[in-house]
Amino acid sequence: MQTIAQWRQKLLKGEVSSLELIDETISRIESIDNTIHSYLYVNKDKARFAAAKIDEARAAGDALPPLAGIPLAIKDNLCTQGIPTTCSSRMLETFVPPYESTVTEKLWKAGGILIGKTNLDEFAMGSSTETSAFGATANPWNVSRVPGGSSGGSAAAVASRLCTASLGSDTGGSIRQPASFCGVVGLKPTYGRVSRWGLIAFASSLDQVGPFSNNVEDAAELLQVIAGKDPKDSTSLDAPVPNYSENLSTSISGMRIGLIKECFDQEGLDADVKESVLKAAENLQSLGAELVEISCPRFNDGIATYYVIAPSEASANLARYDGVKYGYRFEEVDDLASMTAISRARGFGNEVQRRILIGTYALSAGYVDAFYKKAQQVRTLIRRDFDNAFKKVDILLTPTSPTTAFKSGKNHDNPLAMYLSDLLTIPANLAGLPSISLPCGFDPSGLPIGMQLIGNVLDEPRLLQVAHQYEQSSEIMKSAPDCEFINS
Amino acid sequence: MPQAAVEWEPVIGLETHVQLGTSSKIFTAASTNFGDEPNTHIDPVVCGLPGTLPVLNKRVLEYAVKAAMALNLKIAQHCKFDRKQYFYPDLPKNYQISQYDEPIAEDGWIEVEVAEKGKDTYLKTIGIERLHMEEDAGKLVHAGSDRLAGSTYSLVDYNRAGVALAEIVSKPDLRTGREASEYASEIRRIVRYLGVSDGNMQEGSLRCDVNISVRRGSDAPFGTKVEIKNMNSFSAIQKACDYEIKRQIKTYESGGTVLQETRLWDENKQLTKSMRSKEGSSDYRYFPDPDLGPIEVSIELQDQWRSELPELPSAKRHRYAKELGLSAYDSRVLTDDSQMASYFENVVLAGCDAKLASNWITGDLAAYVNAQRITFDKLLFLPEQLAELIQLIVEGKISGKIAKEILPGLLEKGGSPKNIVESQNLGMISDPKLIEKKIDELFSQFPNEVESYRAGKKKLQGFFIGQLMKNTSGKVDPKLANQILSKKLNAN
Repeated sequence: MQTIAQWRQKLLKGEVSSLELIDETISRIESIDNTIHSYLYVNKDKARFAAAKIDEARAAGDALPPLAGIPLAIKDNLCTQGIPTTCSSRMLETFVPPYESTVTEKLWKAGGILIGKTNLDEFAMGSSTETSAFGATANPWNVSRVPGGSSGGSAAAVASRLCTASLGSDTGGSIRQPASFCGVVGLKPTYGRVSRWGLIAFASSLDQVGPFSNNVEDAAELLQVIAGKDPKDSTSLDAPVPNYSENLSTSISGMRIGLIKECFDQEGLDADVKESVLKAAENLQSLGAELVEISCPRFNDGIATYYVIAPSEASANLARYDGVKYGYRFEEVDDLASMTAISRARGFGNEVQRRILIGTYALSAGYVDAFYKKAQQVRTLIRRDFDNAFKKVDILLTPTSPTTAFKSGKNHDNPLAMYLSDLLTIPANLAGLPSISLPCGFDPSGLPIGMQLIGNVLDEPRLLQVAHQYEQSSEIMKSAPDCEFINS
Repeated sequence: MPQAAVEWEPVIGLETHVQLGTSSKIFTAASTNFGDEPNTHIDPVVCGLPGTLPVLNKRVLEYAVKAAMALNLKIAQHCKFDRKQYFYPDLPKNYQISQYDEPIAEDGWIEVEVAEKGKDTYLKTIGIERLHMEEDAGKLVHAGSDRLAGSTYSLVDYNRAGVALAEIVSKPDLRTGREASEYASEIRRIVRYLGVSDGNMQEGSLRCDVNISVRRGSDAPFGTKVEIKNMNSFSAIQKACDYEIKRQIKTYESGGTVLQETRLWDENKQLTKSMRSKEGSSDYRYFPDPDLGPIEVSIELQDQWRSELPELPSAKRHRYAKELGLSAYDSRVLTDDSQMASYFENVVLAGCDAKLASNWITGDLAAYVNAQRITFDKLLFLPEQLAELIQLIVEGKISGKIAKEILPGLLEKGGSPKNIVESQNLGMISDPKLIEKKIDELFSQFPNEVESYRAGKKKLQGFFIGQLMKNTSGKVDPKLANQILSKKLNAN
């Protein structure tokens, strides 16, 4: 495993040049990504060019920014200027943004190098990266399994060392669930902590960009770079950005960690997952933390609430794809209404159309009170549950997903079963809370299990601290099973 | 015996869209300039490119709040933006960011002065339901037709898309076409006074839609409402309302029914024609825009903005009539344009009589300003200079005739009338001895006319004055000259 810190050391010592690191990454992508399919676009030439410039600067003795020369992968729903950004949709197959998203701009300013754009469920709608219009991504631990989603490409790329770290987006678990399935760290920051400018919207009140990495330190370092108020995003928070790495090594002795009762009582929760996460809890206890059982009575209403609010917002956010201005247009019609209707019918896949229909319905006159407004009320109640919980504890602990990575195609014809894999991650989005998934074990078939920590609003420092302390104490990374894609 | 028919009462309400005159758009920095090449004032936000986000232009909020204050509306301490969804290519996102159930301001009123030739002028208070902020749409240009239907292809220009609008909705308090047009022009006057819009109807920066129905007497329930669009002058508003009132009454009286529909005013044919039925009206699927947080206007900010409001036209009208003794008509003309009003006030401030100032300003000066297509603040002839000119006449230093003669030069270049009069020796002859001498010369020049006068042809006095003026290049004091002339003619 190579972390940002390790590469930085090597680069500084001159053991490897930036160009060598990029070339090595590119050749690894070329040799194994035809199987994993984590990338939709590999940024070969520009990445090599950027790396060569960094090597020049290093040779000249210039001071280098923190991520100098580090190959980073970006989920393909984050706009990159002059580089195709497709959202894994036919609709945007030819779309090349004339502007850069704020988060990626910050990464490039910090010296990071864009190695490629990663696959996702179309418009980030899905939990398996199977709804991509450009083919599914495989789980590096077992290629017959899904990597999770929607940021499956970004998770798989980090897991199979096809980049050092990556960015994803998380609307209902789209960072944490694939992180859990792929055995990497995935962080969803507090809503508004990170700018959404340039993130192609799925559900604006829930979407948040965050990092995937091989350890918690890297996640903290990436968050440090991308966090902060952005004048281009009214919903970004105007709160000072603390030093996220500062307290990672501080003991968690005395920290109160809440186990959400409703999560562990889930019917669909795998016994292996439950056991592994409870073991992680014991581990935290042995580090001095106090375990507290907590009830969040509305927790399980999250999924129903989410599947009204997210599609409602999506139905409006995706209305702009009409074949008029950019993107896919069906030409062989004579009238405007047909052009728009057929362009949308052909440009969007089934899952996207399903969600647009659900959202349109939920906002329609006569239904808006029963669905959209009711869902907003429940959302408030869910948030209140968390407020109450955080009066008693500092950090909450749950499994990230009820299961480990499921087989490709398993949930194709059963959207509800697919939706359930986000059952445990959705409430943090509804409440806008920061949350991290990190590996805590393996099931008997060798698939990674993830545990989820949820913090209070803007409490990323403690969230990362607990995660880091756990990571340091556990044997999880040391006991990684032999996997050719990861170790080769 | 059949009961006498109750009079028909028209009920009219106006929805006015005012483009707020900020230099950048409501949610992005793109320019709002009018009349440039298509799609030159666009950016990724205007075009609704994926991943872009709106950020409210603070100046738009200020303009909207100031307009709301001037319309006596109550400012909401919290409000929000909503998405109004419908598919149309002039709307880049296929939703319009607007305000639905929580507008920035509600429940206000304005006073309008309804003046019509041959009728008594009266004041009327018109209620205002609400004012809200929203973004404008772009424009479609259809090839081969003026409508989308029937065109071979259509082009879209997004220059106007995202320009800030304030939509002002009146209560259904208007009863005649004249009231409707007076209301609309008062709205324009107010936004112009505030400097929040140029209110140019031709360029579409002020657009009015009329809702109109008729009913049997003022206690009857409202009749079926018809919406009229496409009026681009105040007189068109008046005529469209008057036409529609007659059409609806005629329809009812001939046993027909008025349909709920949108009609267009046809300026060429001077009539309204059906555009589309309103039945089965659109479901806009409004919901709060999650990209824009709640809007809060603190009391402190409200106080500050309120303190920056200028004196508004109705207050000025009352003040001119009450304190300066001007007629309602003069007050109305002077206050129609805030620059004119401000010029007038500066002339009065320089010590000039209000009525005299008003005559000069609404007469010669206004004619010049209109002909030059400028505004009063651009005049080189300054208010103090006009006051000085009027003062010269009042003091008898020059005649009105001389004043009119030197005015064109003053309007063109400005300058001190006093200096011009002195340097060009235009001062009035008001020395009685000198006037007497001039009259003696005249008498010896026209002995026959003197005789005829004395024989009773009194009308000849005008002839002598005319000659006297001619001989003195109009500089003789006419009042004094007349006195001396009568005395001398009637002396023997």
